[in-house]
Amino acid sequence: MLYNPHTDEERREMLEVLGVSSVSELFKDIPAEIEAPRIDIPGPRSELEVREELKRLQAANEGEGLPLFLGAGAYNHYVPAAVSHLVMRSEFYTAYTPYQPETSQGMLQAIFEYQTMMCELTGLDVSNASLYDGGTAVYEAAIMAMRATKLRNRVLVDEGVNPLYRSVLRTYSGNLELEFVEVPHREGRTDFEAFRRLMDSDTAAVVVQNPNFFGVVQDFSALAEAIHELKGLMVMAVNPVAAAVLKSAGEQGADIAVGEGQPLGSPLFFGGPYVGFLTARQKLVRQMPGRIISETVDREGKRGFVMTLQTREQHIRRAKATSNICTNQGLVALTACVYLALVGKEGLREVAVQNLSKAEYAKKRLSAVEGVRVKWDAPTFNEFVLELPSDAGRVAKELVREHGIVAGLPLGGYYDGMERDLLVCVTETNTAAQIDAYAEALGRVL
Amino acid sequence: MKLLFEKSVPGRRGVKLPDLDVPRVEPNEAWGAELVRSEPPDLPELSEVETVRHFTELSRRNYGVDNGFYPLGSCTMKYNPKINEEAVSQYGFAGLHPLLDDELAQGCLEVIHKLEKWLCEIAGMKRATLQPAAGAHGELTGNMLIKAYHRAKGNLHKKKMLIPDSAHGTNPASAALCGFEVVELPSDERGNVDMARFREALGEDVAGIMLTNPSTLGLFEENILEIAERLHEVDALLYYDGANLNAVMGYCRPGDMGFDVMHFNLHKTFSTPHGGGGPGSGPVAVNEKLEPFLPVPVVEEDGGRYRLDYDRPQSIGRIMPFHGNFGVMLKAFVYIFMLGGEGLKRVSEDAVLNANYLMARLKERYRVAYDRVCMHEFVVSNTDKAEKGAPTLAIAKRLLDYGIHPPTVYFPLIVKEALMIEPTETETKETLDRFVEVMFRIADEIENSPELLQEAPVNTPVRKLDEVRASRRPVFRYRKG
Ligand SMILES: Cc1ncc(COP(=O)(O)O)c(C=O)c1O
Repeated sequence: MLYNPHTDEERREMLEVLGVSSVSELFKDIPAEIEAPRIDIPGPRSELEVREELKRLQAANEGEGLPLFLGAGAYNHYVPAAVSHLVMRSEFYTAYTPYQPETSQGMLQAIFEYQTMMCELTGLDVSNASLYDGGTAVYEAAIMAMRATKLRNRVLVDEGVNPLYRSVLRTYSGNLELEFVEVPHREGRTDFEAFRRLMDSDTAAVVVQNPNFFGVVQDFSALAEAIHELKGLMVMAVNPVAAAVLKSAGEQGADIAVGEGQPLGSPLFFGGPYVGFLTARQKLVRQMPGRIISETVDREGKRGFVMTLQTREQHIRRAKATSNICTNQGLVALTACVYLALVGKEGLREVAVQNLSKAEYAKKRLSAVEGVRVKWDAPTFNEFVLELPSDAGRVAKELVREHGIVAGLPLGGYYDGMERDLLVCVTETNTAAQIDAYAEALGRVL
Repeated sequence: MKLLFEKSVPGRRGVKLPDLDVPRVEPNEAWGAELVRSEPPDLPELSEVETVRHFTELSRRNYGVDNGFYPLGSCTMKYNPKINEEAVSQYGFAGLHPLLDDELAQGCLEVIHKLEKWLCEIAGMKRATLQPAAGAHGELTGNMLIKAYHRAKGNLHKKKMLIPDSAHGTNPASAALCGFEVVELPSDERGNVDMARFREALGEDVAGIMLTNPSTLGLFEENILEIAERLHEVDALLYYDGANLNAVMGYCRPGDMGFDVMHFNLHKTFSTPHGGGGPGSGPVAVNEKLEPFLPVPVVEEDGGRYRLDYDRPQSIGRIMPFHGNFGVMLKAFVYIFMLGGEGLKRVSEDAVLNANYLMARLKERYRVAYDRVCMHEFVVSNTDKAEKGAPTLAIAKRLLDYGIHPPTVYFPLIVKEALMIEPTETETKETLDRFVEVMFRIADEIENSPELLQEAPVNTPVRKLDEVRASRRPVFRYRKG
């Protein structure tokens, strides 16, 4: 049946070797009183029926293919054709974690290359082999900072950090001796004064995001200095595309950089699979979560790659491990590696500049609409906040319904008093014509 | 083989972006020079064809299920049907943003809702969240749910999590991350939880237990009903590590065994590929007791329309920013849609048949750690071979020379010189017979030509790698020159 290859004859032969007459005898250790009822799921069915079902489901996804001005942690970028072609080579995607390095050199070398690229993007020394996503990476970085500062237990988190990431952090920290203090933003920017007031010798880390959730880019060097004076750490969540041009996390004094790697070649896919990256200064490497790949040599002196510093990990350290992560997002890290190889040094810079240029163009076009303005005069990357004359949720709904445009993220549900504000994202995939059409439609619905 | 960076030539380009159709704005104009990086990241510069050849060559230095037998115990390396991959690559799901209005993503929400229902049907549970990104993430979520349950009842003294010594390392790591004190339970000579020690450990301060059943020894826990009853008497909860669910579908359900909460590994039981390390997906299912605490949002159905429900006052909150690894869920959805209940039961039957067949045949030359009927996997203990200079690691490396991916080595930790073998249901009898033949050949080699094992592997792209050097003098990234 389907993927089970045995014929009835073969099953009989195998049972004979076992000296039993039916396969159900092999399940005799299961107590009779908990014997399962029949699983009530129809089937087996053929591939043709699967395809029909998928067509039906696809048709129900009315949002597919609409002009998209929505980001907020998941970004619609151009993905070169070769990316999926290479990632879909089944020697990669049907392998397990590279426990046997001699037969896993392909994946190990690719992840070593990925680690190198992540270090380059963030300006830090060491990268791990991936975490689940950008949000859980922020959490891992926060508890890594706690360990690295000998269990200081206060973490100050900027409200400019993605509110969805912060809600994940809140869920997790509720179970640990971790005091998690959110520092309100000030006109879309970090309130450095408030940070200075709240930082103390119990503060393990300050956590900031750059560009922040509102798209604003900032220099955190002074904050880094201040927290370092107190022997705490700075964790910075970064956008890997902006990192091509923005002063790097390392240059700004961050000790740990994390982020969402989805913009590097992965489609939106309704939220996943994505990939969390985490890089840090060399001296923190033993506190890092997850797999780390190192170069080494084989017995003939030939270069090769292996997983290393495994005594940090759950399979050895168990309850004392730096993290519980086992399966990570290896294939998505490979995707980022292939993407970065294809766009290259110049190409990633060009993607970043196009994002910036188009967002600036959209700012001008949209704020020219009567009653609409760009909320804060701050430098931004590919997102910005637009203030509307009426409820942003209602306007966004109308723009989708009447004009088929996904206008952005209404911020009312995320920040107090921002009911009229819309977070707009523009990438290289949005054309000038789309932006013009958006401006025109906005004028009509207001 | 060269690294990307060693193939890079300044000025070479892979892909082209469209010409900019708006005025160009440089970062230093928009932000001021002090916010712009001093040096661009030193990414490689290659043409498309070089990049394609690079990764194609890398893929040839890797081994997956599509290359051959991969009996990696505890990992359920079954065949990954190609229709799963078609589903994610060729239908309209990839372009959907996770924050779209529910109305615009009805197809995705239906997939999540149906998959939740099916998983609950298979496991005898009430509801599930599909957010966890992998098994360990599911364990952490499950521990948080257990904690929330005790908190809601005001039982703050329940601080201990019991975990057998055969458990996977993620179990104690997850419990500890959730602030529980881990109490390790020894196993008895049949591989079950040692009941005397279990009764000793049981008290009012116990929050729960994390059990894998069948265990990582491939054995069904014979005292499960008593364990469940005893724990429930002190209002402690049972967590089921579903990594081994492939053994029992259609035969018994974690819900009926007395488990209150569990995770599934869609990347094991439900045929989604492991991606060379991930992504996986680790949905968590619960019974009535824990349902109020499930992470938000959950997907609700009203008359054929689906919506995300955030209005759950007792929820532990979000555990992922978005909906989890949706692409992985879609593959599992396709798999269950195709197999149906009947097909899934057949999966477990053949998984158990293959493991028992392999064990019976290998027993002639290898020592099985526990001589009982096994479930979907079994563990060999190579102490006898290690004495002759061929520890488990040497046997594993020699298997590479025969083009077979070795079983899991040195796990579970309680078996000396462990070799943990899980053939899965998708392997033919010929494959199993060839594996036996190779293992017997290796047993002969250990007697007659031990140098072959010391030299192994010789047929791989690199010879045995120096892991000690990598941990003493690690090199985490490429540097020029
Ligand atoms: C028994 C067992 N439990 C838990 C896990 C952890 O699952 P994951 O790797 O998906 O996090 C594994 C897999 O490695 C396992 O074999």
